Amino acid sequence: MEAADLERAINQVAAKLAPGATGASDLRRLSGGASQETWSILANTPSGDVPLILRRRPDSPTGSGNAVPLATEAALIRAAAARGAPVPTVPYVFQEADGVGEAYVMGKVEGETLGSRIVRNDAFAAIRPKLAAQCGAVLAQIHAIPLEGLPEVAHSSALVELEKYEAVYRACGAERPIIEAALVHLKRHAPALERQTLVHGDFRNGNLMIHPEDGLRAVLDWELAHLGDPAEDLGWICVNSWRFGNHAKPVGGFGDYNQLLDAYEAAGGTPIALERVKYWQMLGSMKWGIMCMTMYLSFANGADPSVERAMIGRRTSETEIDLITLLEAVA
Amino acid sequence: MIEQPTALELVDAVIGFIETRAAPQLKDRDVFLARVAVNALLTLRREIEHGAAAEAAATTRLQDLMGEEGDFASLNTALCQAIREGTIDITAPSLLAHMRASIIDQVQIDQPNYSGLKAALAGG
Repeated sequence: MEAADLERAINQVAAKLAPGATGASDLRRLSGGASQETWSILANTPSGDVPLILRRRPDSPTGSGNAVPLATEAALIRAAAARGAPVPTVPYVFQEADGVGEAYVMGKVEGETLGSRIVRNDAFAAIRPKLAAQCGAVLAQIHAIPLEGLPEVAHSSALVELEKYEAVYRACGAERPIIEAALVHLKRHAPALERQTLVHGDFRNGNLMIHPEDGLRAVLDWELAHLGDPAEDLGWICVNSWRFGNHAKPVGGFGDYNQLLDAYEAAGGTPIALERVKYWQMLGSMKWGIMCMTMYLSFANGADPSVERAMIGRRTSETEIDLITLLEAVA
Repeated sequence: MIEQPTALELVDAVIGFIETRAAPQLKDRDVFLARVAVNALLTLRREIEHGAAAEAAATTRLQDLMGEEGDFASLNTALCQAIREGTIDITAPSLLAHMRASIIDQVQIDQPNYSGLKAALAGG
């Protein structure tokens, strides 16, 4: 769909985007993910322009087959807001009759998502020590979202995730002893699913809007949300690949395990054992390693011939060096 | 055997071209991709220098570990199968030592500044 057609279609529903809005303008493409498009747009109101973000499924989407429909994503964000979790507002979800395909509009949130800046820049020095606790408290809110009334999402567990990613790894045809050993270890120690909650599924640097003064302002990118083990979200943000060089701070490169877990419990989260978080951290490292392999495959099979896709294949080894350190620690 | 220029000199010439001539004329995503291209060439450079020695060392370790002769690919395949089928204990110090040494060599080629590499070197 051309940008001009998209802007025209958005104008048809302008009144729903912001109170008193009479039109929408300045549509600009922000990023072109293979599975999602992100656009910025202004809703024009008598008291000034309101900056908004449009998320839209491309006309021929490729990439993550695990992504929930955008209407589901919007519903989950609204459910999280109702529980008090920091998320963008969602003023409008496009209907089929609007003719723009799958899309919704959200309020623009100021801040930074780039992990390298959050972990290193001086602007975030004062807020950094508070971020792990904020993440813990917000995850407790997300995991407390009532399941009744939520749209249908996938169910998962450690064993389901292992089965899924092992199949992907096998299909790649790679032979990597550390991945094999991690699969054996993780299957042997897979925790039973005692308590099922909504799981964000991609709670990490990159999907967290961090403000230099307020800290965690919004949890973004709900496309991998599912029902499963709440410890999955706590483990994923501890994967070393999201620490951006700050290895000594396991939570996102900015905090410690106890800050995350204590705040989770203080905010009403059912206590989670550190071992369970570390189990999911190991599973997370393996998962990211296999995801890098599949992104390399999109280069190898010609779907995306960019040098970036080729080089990401060389990032699987970073997860393997983390996995061997984790495997040695539990051997 | 082949020199004047060596493979490393050719790689350096291409890196120099991208950085001084090509990159300054690029815009938007291509600026990022030029940086990735230089990183790819630096990786290739490290692999030319250290890749063969790393594979030879891994092959020697695999022969000890598996108690059989063979090249890297066939022994590595056999090791993966043994791990998968449970005929080798994944907590065995000899297995962990082989995997650790191999992945340290690989990350030194793929991403020598990765924090997990420093942690693995400090821990070992």
